[in-house]
Amino acid sequence: MKHGILMHEPDDDVGVAVEDLKAGSAVSAVTLEGEPVGSVELVDDVPLGHKVAMRDLARGKDVIEYGRVIGITSQAARRGSHVHTHNLKSKRWQA
Amino acid sequence: MINPTDLHFTGYRRPDGRFGVRNYVLIIPVDDLSNAAAEAVAMNIRGARALPHPYGRLQFGEDLELTFRTLAGQGRNPNCAAAVVIGIEPKWTDRIVKEIAKTGKPVAGFSIERSGDLKTIEAASRQAKEFVHYATELQREPFTVKQLTMSTKCGESDTTSGLASNPTVGRAFERLADAGATLIFGETTEVTGGEDLIMEKCVTREVAAQFQAAFDDYQTLVESQGVSLLGSQPTEGNIRGGLTTIEEKALGNIQKAGRCKVVDFLKPAEEPRQPGLSFMDSSSAAAEMVTLCAAAGSVVHYFTTGQGNIIGNPVIPVIKLSANPLTVATMAEHIDVDLTGMLRIEMNLDQAADAALKMLERTINGRLTAAEVLRHNEFVLTKLYRSA
Repeated sequence: MKHGILMHEPDDDVGVAVEDLKAGSAVSAVTLEGEPVGSVELVDDVPLGHKVAMRDLARGKDVIEYGRVIGITSQAARRGSHVHTHNLKSKRWQA
Repeated sequence: MINPTDLHFTGYRRPDGRFGVRNYVLIIPVDDLSNAAAEAVAMNIRGARALPHPYGRLQFGEDLELTFRTLAGQGRNPNCAAAVVIGIEPKWTDRIVKEIAKTGKPVAGFSIERSGDLKTIEAASRQAKEFVHYATELQREPFTVKQLTMSTKCGESDTTSGLASNPTVGRAFERLADAGATLIFGETTEVTGGEDLIMEKCVTREVAAQFQAAFDDYQTLVESQGVSLLGSQPTEGNIRGGLTTIEEKALGNIQKAGRCKVVDFLKPAEEPRQPGLSFMDSSSAAAEMVTLCAAAGSVVHYFTTGQGNIIGNPVIPVIKLSANPLTVATMAEHIDVDLTGMLRIEMNLDQAADAALKMLERTINGRLTAAEVLRHNEFVLTKLYRSA
């Protein structure tokens, strides 16, 4: 299986696509240190540099990247789905 | 894995014991009026380098002090072998000369009132010629990582910055800090959303309090202009690239600090007091920040970029690192360290840090960076508020 996702920390809720990923494809994730973190089947198309949910995220949940909270889910996000402005909001700034 | 203590650095030992990695004779204008004379001297004398800028008149208070500190800092920087200072009048010229002279290096001041440009240019050129003779006879000698002061900043960031190039600098900085190097980072506004992480990194409550005061000051200033930094971040371009929240953007920026502790807080252009990573209160505009780092005595700079910021500096070499495949392909001439292998999962973080440290060694030993070869000499003073 090809590597398609980089993760800052192995326990992060989201990883980052290192190329344009297609819905339905299965890709593996590795940490920046090069450690494998399993694989995930894409629910959505996810462009390079965008985030993928690495586990099911309920609505209203703190989302962890870099081992820290980067915001809160405004919609539930299934494992393998695209995580961006449509389902993730800042906790510091509510537009 | 490269340990910085295994790297071989050579540089120019200055009278104050610090080491430079370049060997410039700088011609420093105190004010906008003296740019013409400074540039004329640099034209006359091979090996002399002028630092023209638009300020230095009718400034006052902390803004004036910052201009003095920034200009004197260029002459004090170990990359400067000797300096000629030219100002319209003698008083402010002498202030800068005296600050540079404290390092023990050769420095001379000239003022234009009562002489005019042409006599000043002649006298300053004769002095600069002697300084070039002096500088060109200096030899490089080995120095250690404990004697290295360097800095970092990112620019035109995108998701590849937080994902790859910034963590690479962070990993290199962790090793450099462990080996006893003196390191500077900053960008007071760009850490908005991650300021709690910076405060957690501070080794003492005093350092954290100083950081918070500078951070809050800046937020207050921005809000007084009717703007919210929180509301303007991330930018449309950031969002297109995949960044969603201001927290995420800030955390990506702060990756440049790696797991280093923040040992001290510095005012803009203030020289570090101890080894380890210091936070310098600084603008997030690339040329302003790098100029402040040069003023603080950094001799070489890691600059990470996503979309392709092409900045250089006339006093310190700026090493450009990027992990964005499009940027590295379309702007290849600006990039010193290609980190795109990280996105292809061909290069892990430790290997990327090795590549960054190898380029640091080569740059210190004399390899000109992309920005140096392309004559990127952006010298920009930070202005705190309007002049009288």
